[in-house]
Amino acid sequence: MARRDTPEINAGSMADIAFLLLIFFLVTTTMDIDTGISRKLPEKQDPNIKPPVLKEKNVFEVNVNRRNEILVEGEHYMQIKDLRKEAMKFIDNGGGTAESLQAEGITPCTWCEGSKDPASSDHPKKAIISLQSDRGTSYATYISVQNELVGAYTDLRNRYANQKYGRDFDDLTNDQQELIKKDIYPQIISEAEPTK
Amino acid sequence: MPGISTASLPDIVFMLLFFFMVTTVMRETDLKIKKPRLPKADQVKKLERKSLVSYIYVGKSKDGSPGDKLQLNDRVSDIKDIKSFIFAERATHSEAEIPLLTTSIKADVDAYVGTITDIKIELRDINALKINYSTLKGSALDNMKR
Repeated sequence: MARRDTPEINAGSMADIAFLLLIFFLVTTTMDIDTGISRKLPEKQDPNIKPPVLKEKNVFEVNVNRRNEILVEGEHYMQIKDLRKEAMKFIDNGGGTAESLQAEGITPCTWCEGSKDPASSDHPKKAIISLQSDRGTSYATYISVQNELVGAYTDLRNRYANQKYGRDFDDLTNDQQELIKKDIYPQIISEAEPTK
Repeated sequence: MPGISTASLPDIVFMLLFFFMVTTVMRETDLKIKKPRLPKADQVKKLERKSLVSYIYVGKSKDGSPGDKLQLNDRVSDIKDIKSFIFAERATHSEAEIPLLTTSIKADVDAYVGTITDIKIELRDINALKINYSTLKGSALDNMKR
């Protein structure tokens, strides 16, 4: 019997199948949001080790109560939009004199553009931001405060990076970033146990 | 010999398709808690290497009971389950990867800081120090206007 040509498979509906599968996966998979504020928790502390003694002027206290009100340095009620500027003023103050900093082996801050108020921080390496919230504070407020505090450091680092290297902080090499993170504007945000 | 009719090939494919649609389970990421609405922030970093990320969801429960509920990957759980959850995640990764593991906290805007703090204390106890607060990209000042 003469061999007939095998009939070709009609591929017209392959496109339909492909579209169906595509739509199926489009509808069922979720695009997970993967951005966020990265933090590193402090290591668990030995309860027997005493915390170091800090000068009150080197600590920028931020308190948030359960009504989501922000109190800065125990005295000023602050709006969230002003928090970043205030934090930057504190970190960038550089009010320490050579003698007072000599004990810790650092020289006065030459890159600080703050007002060198002696009642505010001595040097960015000694400037600590302390954050205490309440257990009833809303997470939205907490994130906003964290964002503004981290933003203060980012803005200062960017300003320094642009002045010194002409680029943003994120565009620098790893070594340059490490230098800024360790010696120029180290990020020291300490979170206290929230009030009940 | 007559050629095999291929007219029913698409039907077979559809049967397979429906079979898989019915039997596969898409990741149930919100069983009993309402999908958390994430707050906004601009100091955000993208999470690299999703395989090294564990997710903790915090939100309100669907039945309206008060207080926040946690969800670890896909099961509704409690604060005390966090440690075993992280250990289980660590077991699935190599030694070299363990210090790179990040925990992503996806909490609703109305969650309480007390719950978040309890989570952080548990994570700190077992040395899972890298955390990431999941947020949408935007101005953080919007969070306060609600």
